[in-house]
Amino acid sequence: MMNKAYVVIIGGGVTGCSIAYNLAKKGIKDIIVLERKYLSYGATGRCGAGIRQQWGTHQNCILSTESIKIFENMNEILQTKRDIELKQKGYLLLAYSEKELKQFKKNIEIQHEHNIPSTLVTPEEAKEIVPMLNTENIIGGAFCPTDGHANPFLVNQAYADAAKRLGVKFIKAEALGIKKKESKIIGVETNKGFIETTRVVNAAGSWSKEIGSMVGIDLPVYSEVHEILATEPVKPILNPMVMSFSHNFYCQQTPHGSFIMGMSPIEKVKDVSWQFLERMTKKISTLLPPTKNLRIVRQWSGYYNISPDKQPIVCESEEIEGFYMAIGFSGHGFMLSPAVGILMSNIILKEKLQWDVTLDIGRFKRKEIIEEPSVV
Amino acid sequence: MNDDNIIVCRCEDITMKEIRDAIKEGFTTLEEIKRVLRAGMGPCQGKTCGPIIAREIVKMTGKSMEEVMTQKLRPPFGGITFKEVINDE
Ligand SMILES: Cc1cc2nc3c(=O)[nH]c(=O)nc-3n(C[C@H](O)[C@H](O)[C@H](O)COP(=O)(O)OP(=O)(O)OC[C@H]3O[C@@H](n4cnc5c(N)ncnc54)[C@H](O)[C@@H]3O)c2cc1C
Repeated sequence: MMNKAYVVIIGGGVTGCSIAYNLAKKGIKDIIVLERKYLSYGATGRCGAGIRQQWGTHQNCILSTESIKIFENMNEILQTKRDIELKQKGYLLLAYSEKELKQFKKNIEIQHEHNIPSTLVTPEEAKEIVPMLNTENIIGGAFCPTDGHANPFLVNQAYADAAKRLGVKFIKAEALGIKKKESKIIGVETNKGFIETTRVVNAAGSWSKEIGSMVGIDLPVYSEVHEILATEPVKPILNPMVMSFSHNFYCQQTPHGSFIMGMSPIEKVKDVSWQFLERMTKKISTLLPPTKNLRIVRQWSGYYNISPDKQPIVCESEEIEGFYMAIGFSGHGFMLSPAVGILMSNIILKEKLQWDVTLDIGRFKRKEIIEEPSVV
Repeated sequence: MNDDNIIVCRCEDITMKEIRDAIKEGFTTLEEIKRVLRAGMGPCQGKTCGPIIAREIVKMTGKSMEEVMTQKLRPPFGGITFKEVINDE
């Protein structure tokens, strides 16, 4: 095993691989990605595959639109072996109350400042977009036609393959500890030996808090189990992702034909539950009646790694020199990964951030936080 | 006999050649092959293709069967419909 590196990235999910690729693209040599299981083992391989720009904070709008621009050209940029299955048929967000509709209006104003082509829709217009929609109790919604889907496994793999071609080493090993001298990083202990380095990136998703404790810092994130299911593939019948914040669900049909849908937990769960199946199928078959006949083929769960303002933490640690983190994606880290990889390369190389965003961990102490209002 | 064209995963229509190419590319566990090719993601959850792919990986890489057979079966295994879950009709 290589025993010296410019940087060690812990985590072979989409975040770690995007960071590795973006650093390598800027000419950095001796980059190591540590993954203890396999690529996409974590949240990336368990996620809902949705990409949207309809956010309620400037930062999330910037990160998501900039990422969509990259998704749109990803096959060429990364010279992907397999098409990433991008589908841009929109996200339809449903409003069940005046309060929700008001929030959508506010969000859309922010979105328009970033040229996101979202609009408010009436229940009738929503039904034109999704003819099978049962509009009962729905008082309106918001729609953005360029939101959609990409295949998380293939995006993760595409970043990893492109990084490998630029010389990044992927090592199947577990980080067990991080060594520091005074307040500087000097290496990473793994189950396959010690790697000398002055830089470590914590891209360990739901395990990021444990990585923080390896350098003695208590990161303000926690992990929460979220459940999801997939059906057999059927012919295309649903164009956009349909989503509700107040009723806490999302549902989309992938280009492959299967439906993917999830709901936030109402009580803490450890893994998959029958309660979820019941709640989920009831909700969606009322809202989109033709789904009644769909066959479920898989049900699984994964972790959201949640930050206090539901926005990612992407920065260098204030206490430990050379300890970087890209964590706390709060259930939307797949869609932000292209932009986050670029930002982390800016941070590590001490460049000016490519976009005007404040993602450092100090924002919580400075009380500069604006919480993202629109999450499932 | 050239068995490259036989369909290994019937749910997702994947041939032996596609499986072998993926193994050559470096995907050497069932979970990894599932993630890039969808083999084993269909209604049968890999009950048909799983053992065949596992044997092929063992043959091509010299890995042990335990190392290769990491695929998790995910409930509900039978392919139940929404209306059966909610007890409708
Ligand atoms: C049910 C569900 C639905 C979701 N839906 C969406 C969606 O529609 N759109 C969206 O954008 N996002 C969605 N997300 C969120 C998204 O999946 C995550 O934000 C994103 O995948 C995070 O990627 P990551 O690379 O940071 O973490 P992960 O993918 O979790 O990767 C972390 C990796 O680190 C490895 N690791 C951990 N500890 C160590 C160690 N000590 N040594 C070595 N390796 C280690 C793990 O094995 C893992 O592979 C969803 C998440 C879930 C759970």
